[in-house]
Amino acid sequence: MRKSLFMVLSSILLILGGQAAFSGGHSVTLDDVKARGNLLCGVSTGAPGFATVDDSGKDVGFDVDYCRALAAAIFGDPMAVKFVGLTSAVRFTALAAGEVDILARNTTWTYSRDTDLKQTFLGVNYYDGQGFMVKKDLGVNSTLELDGATVCIQVGTTTELNLADYFKENGMSYEPVPTADNAESQQQYLAGACDTYTTDASALHGTRVNLENPDDHLVLPEIISKEPLGPLVRHGDDNWADIGRWVLNALIIAEEKGITKSNIDSWKDTKDAEIHRLLGTGDDDILAMVGLPKNAMYNAIKAGGNYGEIFENNLGATSGINIERGVNASWTKGGILYSPPFR
Amino acid sequence: MSKIAFVQKNKIPPSPAPISEVGVIGWLKQNLFSSWFNTLLTLLSIYFIFIILKDFIPWAWGGHWDTKSLRECLDLNPDVACFSVLTARWKQLLFGLYPAEEYWRPTVTFILLIFSIIPILFPKYFRFFWFSIIYPGLAIWLLWGGSIWSVGIVYIGFFLGVLLFILLLRNITKNMVITGISSILFVILFFIFFSNYLVKNLDIIIPISLPPVESLKMGGFTLSLIVGITGIVASFPIGILLALGRQSNLPIIKMICVGFIEFIRGVPLITLLFVASVLLNYFLPPGTNFDIVLRVIIMVTLFSAAYMAEVIRGGLAGLPLGQHEASSSLGLTYWQSQRLVIMPQALKISIPGIVNTFIGLFKDTTLVSIISLRDPVGLASTIRADQTWNGIYWELYVAIGLMFFVVCFGMSQYSQYLERKLKTDK
Repeated sequence: MRKSLFMVLSSILLILGGQAAFSGGHSVTLDDVKARGNLLCGVSTGAPGFATVDDSGKDVGFDVDYCRALAAAIFGDPMAVKFVGLTSAVRFTALAAGEVDILARNTTWTYSRDTDLKQTFLGVNYYDGQGFMVKKDLGVNSTLELDGATVCIQVGTTTELNLADYFKENGMSYEPVPTADNAESQQQYLAGACDTYTTDASALHGTRVNLENPDDHLVLPEIISKEPLGPLVRHGDDNWADIGRWVLNALIIAEEKGITKSNIDSWKDTKDAEIHRLLGTGDDDILAMVGLPKNAMYNAIKAGGNYGEIFENNLGATSGINIERGVNASWTKGGILYSPPFR
Repeated sequence: MSKIAFVQKNKIPPSPAPISEVGVIGWLKQNLFSSWFNTLLTLLSIYFIFIILKDFIPWAWGGHWDTKSLRECLDLNPDVACFSVLTARWKQLLFGLYPAEEYWRPTVTFILLIFSIIPILFPKYFRFFWFSIIYPGLAIWLLWGGSIWSVGIVYIGFFLGVLLFILLLRNITKNMVITGISSILFVILFFIFFSNYLVKNLDIIIPISLPPVESLKMGGFTLSLIVGITGIVASFPIGILLALGRQSNLPIIKMICVGFIEFIRGVPLITLLFVASVLLNYFLPPGTNFDIVLRVIIMVTLFSAAYMAEVIRGGLAGLPLGQHEASSSLGLTYWQSQRLVIMPQALKISIPGIVNTFIGLFKDTTLVSIISLRDPVGLASTIRADQTWNGIYWELYVAIGLMFFVVCFGMSQYSQYLERKLKTDK
């Protein structure tokens, strides 16, 4: 009995010791990823602009490009990543159970997801928010004019709660038309069952473009909720979180500095020391601190371009979804995208 | 002279039935307009069918097949179907994300599937049953790839086991229990100690392998067929055993069977799928690579086995007790009487229920889209997430519905054929 108790205690100590070793400067997850030879990235099974597969079966999207940048930073090869499509129902457990190394699945950063679900959000790669779409002939130009409107709303979502709060705050009334998902909302709205329909603004833009006459419809300018989307990893491997966070930051800084996929090789003679640190063209190799090669961020930016390019290709004008940068512009251009300095 | 003025000596030839009773008119009158109520129902039905077809036919008939995007379809003519999405994506709907240069593998697998089920479905080809036994291994190898020996070794192991069983039975002892246990022990020892070594060497001597394809890439109708057919094939024997177990006189076996059946029937399938996808990962040691498709197949099989057991129990309950007693009085053992007397009758009664369960199981495979597998329904939402096709609903679901209809209708037709063939009380 006493012997077995000793065994239990010593194994607990061993486990604790092992966990302490985690924080010693190298990442267990990074080691696993390197040993495996590819990154396992959890993305959505289908979110317009964020993740899907194209006609030839290739993974494409905003979240997909982030993971390619991360894979490029680690391996120098943006293709060294396997995309695991995850529905919203299984995404967090898949991450917690180690089925994926990182989750980049247009996931809203909230307090309870950060703490209670034991996850670490690496930052915000897209500031989304709930918006409204109306038909132009309704003559409404602001959500504040929607008093008494019928609203198509997906039941059981945070958007439903946001909607109730917003109308209550502004002393307005509305009549909900409950729907099961975005597809049904859209059909009900088009059939005239509701005056307006509400969901995340990015989805509204994507939907509007492919309506029969996009110009007859309007996405109202107000955003009534905060939906900061970002990549996340599980608790317990801070070094791995650092790697993911700084790859995202590197993409944002690259846009700020004007480093693009095509001109990335022309910065060797710049006087900007931060660019040298970022691209690994200077003397000091600060990326060794997280166990990445010196030119990791160079490879990451080279993979799909800087943040702005990735945005344009997947969500902006090039993609056909035509979402404007808005708050997602760099802070130097009036947005709120702001990376800590790379030093 | 008799008082009868006229006697017809010849038989009057039958005159043709009135025109209102035969032919098209007669059929219409008998079947559609036999009473005012039926007439009303007929007219209403025609009206509803007309309403549906009036919109559907022009929509489907004039559909676009070769545009590049939904936008292009809408600009051409927004009132007709945009089947271009099927032109662009039919391969994905059929094969999921399976590598394009390997499409022949699932194709061959399903052509062979037809050959492997013919001996089971039609008794006159039963002599080809050996192929039905080889087929599962062949299918796994074709679909997932890798070395042929990693699948072949399973067959080799069991073959040696059966060989040993027969040899022992012939030459050493007639005791089934001893020979059975020693053969099983042999097979287990074989897999623990020799199989790895053997696979390695066979790979060197006769290297036959296909490029491996991981489960992540499986999808589309291929995935539905993999999960559905494996589930159907595996759940049938398990269902029979559970049904017999539930009627058994041995209390422990009976309790286990009743507990299993009632537990599984009391839980929704989607819950079991979540267990397979999410919960199992927590219980298994980290790093275990327990294939997700395999996990789903196991859950689907267990689920439908429980239903199958109850359907077959219904068939068993439909047999008079005299059948059991008669077979016992002939001196048949339990298994002999089950095999020769009880089961053939019980299964015949249960055919509609069994096929019902099969069809239900096959359609239930679409639930896997909720746990992230890319079956046709899951793929539909993936395809819609591509801005090129964002907003397409009907065209995709019509196509998916058709694919499922063909398979389910086929099963239903076979079951009716089987019922007609086995009908003994004409």
